[in-house]
Amino acid sequence: MNFSLTKEQELFQQMIRDFAENEVKPIAAEVDEQERFPAETVEKMGKIGILGIPIPKQYGGAGGDNLMYSIAVEELSAVCGTTGVIVSAHTSLCAAPILEHGTEEQKQKYLPKLASGEWLGAFGLTEPNAGTDAAGQQTTAIEDGDNYIINGSKIFITNAGYAHVYVIFAMTDRSKGTRGITAFIIEKDTPGFSFGKKEKKMGIRGSATCELIFENCVLPKTNMLGKLNKGFGIAMKTLDGGRIGIAAQALGIAQGAIDETVKYVKERKQFGRAISAFQNTQFQLADMNTKTEASRMLVRKAAYKKDNKIAYSVDAAMAKLYAAETAMEVTNKAVQLHGGYGYTREYPIERMMRDAKITEIYEGTSEVQKMVISANMLK
Amino acid sequence: MKIVVCIKQVPDTTEIKIDPKTGTLIREGVPSIMNPDDKGGLEMALQLKEENGAHITVITMGPPQADLILREAFAMGADRAIHLSDRKFAGADTLATSSALAGALRKLDFDLLITGRQAIDGDTAQVGPQIAEHLDLPQVSYLEDLKFDGDKTFTMKRHIEDGYQMLEVEAPCVVTVISSANTPRYMSVGGIVDAYQKEVEVWGFNEIDVDEADLGLKGSPTSVYKAFARGLKPAGELYEVSTDEAVGIIIKKMKEKFIL
Ligand SMILES: Cc1cc2nc3c(=O)[nH]c(=O)nc-3n(C[C@H](O)[C@H](O)[C@H](O)COP(=O)(O)OP(=O)(O)OC[C@H]3O[C@@H](n4cnc5c(N)ncnc54)[C@H](O)[C@@H]3O)c2cc1C
Ligand SMILES: Cc1cc2nc3c(=O)[nH]c(=O)nc-3n(C[C@H](O)[C@H](O)[C@H](O)COP(=O)(O)OP(=O)(O)OC[C@H]3O[C@@H](n4cnc5c(N)ncnc54)[C@H](O)[C@@H]3O)c2cc1C
Repeated sequence: MNFSLTKEQELFQQMIRDFAENEVKPIAAEVDEQERFPAETVEKMGKIGILGIPIPKQYGGAGGDNLMYSIAVEELSAVCGTTGVIVSAHTSLCAAPILEHGTEEQKQKYLPKLASGEWLGAFGLTEPNAGTDAAGQQTTAIEDGDNYIINGSKIFITNAGYAHVYVIFAMTDRSKGTRGITAFIIEKDTPGFSFGKKEKKMGIRGSATCELIFENCVLPKTNMLGKLNKGFGIAMKTLDGGRIGIAAQALGIAQGAIDETVKYVKERKQFGRAISAFQNTQFQLADMNTKTEASRMLVRKAAYKKDNKIAYSVDAAMAKLYAAETAMEVTNKAVQLHGGYGYTREYPIERMMRDAKITEIYEGTSEVQKMVISANMLK
Repeated sequence: MKIVVCIKQVPDTTEIKIDPKTGTLIREGVPSIMNPDDKGGLEMALQLKEENGAHITVITMGPPQADLILREAFAMGADRAIHLSDRKFAGADTLATSSALAGALRKLDFDLLITGRQAIDGDTAQVGPQIAEHLDLPQVSYLEDLKFDGDKTFTMKRHIEDGYQMLEVEAPCVVTVISSANTPRYMSVGGIVDAYQKEVEVWGFNEIDVDEADLGLKGSPTSVYKAFARGLKPAGELYEVSTDEAVGIIIKKMKEKFIL
């Protein structure tokens, strides 16, 4: 058993760290404050291959693996949670299902442009009345000759408006419940497809979260992803992979908060000495670091299993559950160790705490992860 | 066009400390990086490749761990990498280093040889010009920009103390590049994935064309007499006072030190 990164992974981590430090960190506070989607970062990431890490070379990707991908999301999220989720939703929720379930034509058409960042990707499953209960889809797709006519709406969709390619889900047979859901690929400029209101959020405020609206939207049958009525399985499988990305995002946020806090407690003086000299500070830091390192092990184990084609869905659920709760706990403690300064926007810590919260909610709430984990224990 | 770029692995001196007792570098925990000027040189080569098409070879002399910067160069876009490594090269000063590099370069065919101006650890800025002398090639140091006419001639912009010098130079030639010439690209993710699949050629004494007496400790006329660290200045005193008061304090201090 080996817990170290390979030389290649280390070189990759070094590159991503440099990129995060020089291109992402300097604008992170502004992107949050202005609720601005960092389009320039997306372009830069596309150029060097960060948007196509686990996509094979034959489809224009970097030919890397999920472990590298998780390292990228971790390192980016350590300085900017927004950037982490942009990459995660694009890669795990759009490019990955097309790679896994797409026809050769679909792969040829979409993957090279997704990998280069020319097209950003998104994923639309959640609806106003279908959140945790994703089976309660109300969006419909009615067969009409060579086409499907889509009607309905999706809510809270990451990258919406900026993405060109959307993997969405709709009921093709209402009588069959989850066995009547089908996945489709839909492009931004398709007639009948528009965007609704943009959410104002607590955290990851630079990331676009928007409604998708379908009004008699005509989609050729060639845009069906996977088989008819097999969409629910595709959604669940996609979210299994996505959870590695979100777990990595949570891990990165926790690590970023630790890095800031270690710096701060060595500088801040009270009672004539650095606050790092207080045992409470030391013990808090020890707990924060231990839990974050444990999160990292869970994230990497899940990514390793996915890369090696070993069933990983419980591992991904555990990684996401634990990393998200750790991110929340660690950022909360980090604000506490920063005192009043941590509560202000002078320091990045309050942003990290706001960003951390979403990791307990999207791609399955923590409660959902517990359902996945316990169901496997009790089956 | 064929380009060779000399790159050196150096400790990241922005993070380095010197042991005040022994006067030597504390290398522990200090990351090793590609020398910044050399990265600028490699970027210049990569831009030439994009504009005119070129084949880029990178070469380094150094211990086994210097392999890392060759992989980095692959991931940025270099086509071939050569690692000079042999006990006979050990203990080299700048002259012996340049002799070994020149020995390898005699085995390579190139139109343009790029070195960094200066390595941030040794800091002598000697190796590039010495190589040019060994190979009897024209050299242009402190290069900031360069264009190729597609045939034989380079137009070069050279940074000098109070301005620029524009030069036309015919291939083959040697240039030393400064890091302010450009912003080096990031390694690409795909390039990193490939970097460890590619072969780094390791060359020893037998692979190069040089007189053994010019190598290593034997070929090094320089010997270090003593190395020492400059003492640290104590922290200054900070007063937050009005301008008038500040002038008073400064005058008082200068009188105390007999400056006034
Ligand atoms: C910023 C943001 C970005 C998002 N991005 C996307 C995206 O790109 N694509 C997409 O499809 N969706 C996206 N979502 C939607 C997200 O996945 C859902 O919000 C999430 O799945 C929860 O659904 P809900 O909001 O309807 O909450 P609800 O399902 O209403 O849950 C409310 C609470 O009830 C709990 N709960 C529900 N059912 C049970 C149960 N059976 N047992 C115990 N507890 C239960 C939940 O855990 C939660 O605590 C995003 C959401 C946000 C906020
Ligand atoms: C007296 C003396 C003794 C030394 N003894 C040793 C010793 O025992 N062991 C030891 O490891 N070092 C030793 N060194 C250091 C080593 O010789 C120098 O670092 C080396 O010659 C390069 O010189 P520099 O760093 O000043 O590079 P500069 O001349 O400033 O470098 C200019 C450019 O030349 C190229 N270049 C320089 N070195 C290399 C290289 N190795 N490979 C490829 N390209 C290169 C790069 O493009 C670089 O930007 C010694 C140096 C001196 C002065």
